[in-house]
Amino acid sequence: MVAAEVAHLSSGWFLENAWLIGLIPAVGFAVIILFGKKLPMQGSEIGLGTLGASLVIATGAGIQWMQRTNSAEGEEAAAGVLRGIARSLPRVEEGGHAEPFIEPVTKTWVWWQNSGLEFGLGSSIDGLSVMLLWLVAFISLLVQIFSLDYVRGDRRYTHFFAAMTLFSSGMLIMVMADNMVQVILGWEIMGLCSFLLIGHWWEEEANAIAALKAFFTVRVGDVGLLVGTAILFFGANQYAVDNLDTNGFNLGAIQAWALSGEASTWTIVMAATALFIACIGKSGQFPLHTWLPDAMAGPTPVSSLLHSSTMVVAGVFLVAQVYPVFWEGFNIANGGLSFIAVIGGITIVISALLAFVQDDIKKVLAYSTVSQLGYMMLGLGTGAWLPAVFHIFTHAFFKCCLFLCAGSVSHSGSHHSFDMKKDMGGLRKYMPITFGAWVVSTLALTGVFPFAGFWSKDEIIDNVGNNGYTFLFWVGLGGAALTAGYMTRATYLVFFGEPRGAAAGEHHDEHDVHADDHQLVGAVPHSLSAAANDHGDDHDHADHGHGGHDDHGPHESGKLILFPIVVLAFFATVSGFSNATPLGESWEQFKKFVEPRPEAVAFDAIIATGPGESVQLVVPAVDEGGDDGHGEAADDGHSTGCGRGDPEAATACFFPAVVHAEPKFAKILLSLAVVAAGYAAAIAFCVAFYKKRDPRLVGLTERSRVARAGYLFLANKYYLDHLYEKVIVRGVAHPIADAAYWINQRVLDGAVNGVGEGGKRAGNWVYDNIDQKLVDGAVNGSGFVASESGHAMQPVQSGKVNHYGALLFGAAAVGAIVLVILNVS
Amino acid sequence: MLAVNFLLLGAVLFCIGVYGVLVRRNAVMVLMSIELILNAVNINLVAFSVMNGNLDGQVFALYVIAIAAAEVGVGLAMVLMIYRNRKSIALDELSEMKG
Repeated sequence: MVAAEVAHLSSGWFLENAWLIGLIPAVGFAVIILFGKKLPMQGSEIGLGTLGASLVIATGAGIQWMQRTNSAEGEEAAAGVLRGIARSLPRVEEGGHAEPFIEPVTKTWVWWQNSGLEFGLGSSIDGLSVMLLWLVAFISLLVQIFSLDYVRGDRRYTHFFAAMTLFSSGMLIMVMADNMVQVILGWEIMGLCSFLLIGHWWEEEANAIAALKAFFTVRVGDVGLLVGTAILFFGANQYAVDNLDTNGFNLGAIQAWALSGEASTWTIVMAATALFIACIGKSGQFPLHTWLPDAMAGPTPVSSLLHSSTMVVAGVFLVAQVYPVFWEGFNIANGGLSFIAVIGGITIVISALLAFVQDDIKKVLAYSTVSQLGYMMLGLGTGAWLPAVFHIFTHAFFKCCLFLCAGSVSHSGSHHSFDMKKDMGGLRKYMPITFGAWVVSTLALTGVFPFAGFWSKDEIIDNVGNNGYTFLFWVGLGGAALTAGYMTRATYLVFFGEPRGAAAGEHHDEHDVHADDHQLVGAVPHSLSAAANDHGDDHDHADHGHGGHDDHGPHESGKLILFPIVVLAFFATVSGFSNATPLGESWEQFKKFVEPRPEAVAFDAIIATGPGESVQLVVPAVDEGGDDGHGEAADDGHSTGCGRGDPEAATACFFPAVVHAEPKFAKILLSLAVVAAGYAAAIAFCVAFYKKRDPRLVGLTERSRVARAGYLFLANKYYLDHLYEKVIVRGVAHPIADAAYWINQRVLDGAVNGVGEGGKRAGNWVYDNIDQKLVDGAVNGSGFVASESGHAMQPVQSGKVNHYGALLFGAAAVGAIVLVILNVS
Repeated sequence: MLAVNFLLLGAVLFCIGVYGVLVRRNAVMVLMSIELILNAVNINLVAFSVMNGNLDGQVFALYVIAIAAAEVGVGLAMVLMIYRNRKSIALDELSEMKG
């Protein structure tokens, strides 16, 4: 059966030691916390160094993953064996071109054990995780470089870098996880760091409140993660133990179980719903998106790293990683209108609309992030796995760049204000590099050819339509037009027109500037460092910095701030070409390297590995006759294949066969036309409203009741915060509090009083009967017995050595007899 | 067979020692009886050691001899002090420990 010929997938040092990518920043965090303040750069060098090391390893791992994938292709081409060997079915939509499943490279150690279950900790590297590992390490490093200058002189400079490094570690640990427990570990580390960093300047009450809001809102969703993990474990454990020699926490086992057809529909629907609730919280989807705009209270690098490019895509990543569960649970294979797609579609539109009424540049970007995350969820919910994951990749570059540009503007152009209407305008003359990067990223975000967003977002929209979701297709297109609109508005307010407020060099009373928003970026370090005499250097620097702003007005930022922005703008321009579907198959690197192959793998081809070993998929050759069934199955087209029917006996699928849309020129033109229309309308509006002050538009919200109602509806964020705080929290909490008070007064107090009264009576009775008679009697009796027995035993203590000796030997003899009897019988 | 004889010898010596400890009044004789008991044990240990072909028993016997020497040293010193104080070493007169 199993021939001697065996195909090996290549592996390598970087792939097998990818766990170092997560470990190094974790160690770096500990070093910064313990020794950071004594180091010459106050710990920031440790953060940069550890992330640089992680980036190097992640790059190596990425290259070796590509080699591994290529080695499988090579084997196939050379021997032609793998197709039959891996029991693979041709990719249905591509005319039967079979590609073998590429086993992830796993290396784990037992973290802890409980009742026969082993919980591993380590790395499991496949295309998706290696892509995100590289992305997170890369963006984290750039943002930390940006932070060097941006938060210089901050009172908690060291803690800032410690928390940023810990966050990177948590995200990397989550991304490389091979089991749900490690996913939860990384997920919670990220939540903690998000809380710490949003509330970095907690002296301002608003920042502390925003941090709490973010934490609690995400926690609401996190309940779903625990519940979903538990459901998955109880559902998948038996299958995993029987077939894959692992347990129900293993991600691969969960994927295989979900596609095996053995899972009960009810279980998998419950698990998918619970997990997606967690993703709603983490990825800021409707209706739990309200925390994300408030999270902008944190420093700009935090918004840039956590709340736009990396942490908030954790939910998207989770959906992508355990995609088979959602695929089966929400019936995506058959075009079911899934929970994910609906939530994604709603999120795209509502948050894009909200972005129009924000005056705070960071909040515009925050709602934009929510909207783009909606696109990713929409893609995943409609079976467009690849474009959604690709959008994670491209979105990270241009959104991170936009946030850093916003930081650069506030740092050097608007005197630490983020208010577009009051303190910005006309900055393109003063900050040409920032302006250029902003424009490039904006074009990328709005999906203009040939920038990054065009290749990913339009692919999502195209695939949504191709998979039969016509309405959501138009929702996506509408969202693209809205994106163009609000980004034009923001660009106009910041960089065009006449300088206003701080951008015009006006000196604000700082409290005036910051009174109506919570971005007290400048005020806090300044006042703190002025108050704290133990940081002499910081004091000087901060004062110098502020003096510079006051004297010279807006100017371009320094090199440390511009370098990451320029790098990110470069990637925002070119990263789209890494999976440029319209240009042809050879451009689709993501499809080749990142998307798992939807091929069934024989159980006996999966080498179960113990802790501390890395996996190599050793594919045993199968005899010729074994292929007959496959040929027939392949002819059936859509009815077979992973995720479209149960896998054959003794095989497992790890990824469903998703459909890829064929790029059509007409659709590309349509989406470009929609974006262009959005731009044209927005530019016309901005010129008319902000520049010419067109009397028909100015004051429209005062004159028209419809416009006013719409504006208020948006300005109040659909009243969701009111709903949560006033209606739900109050509606739930107040009756509960009232009921609790009533119960407290009537039931509990009555019970307590009754119990007290009863206790008193019982006490009296006990005193009379038990204490006086029984206990005292027992005490006196035992004393009497002791006294009498003492008298009786007195003669034994004769004081004569002979008697003692006799007792000793007698006792020894009795003991010996007992021993003999016990042993004999 | 041979070992049984050794064990019988040990048992006889032990009984003589116990008898001596229990009935002799002279403290020195009691100490010598204790020596008999200890040596009875030694014989047993060596006998079992031979039976099992294991040297552990003989090693224990060496330990017992060393301990016995120390015990006799301490015991004789106490007897000497008792004699100096009371001009007698009759054990039945030593009843200060009577409870």
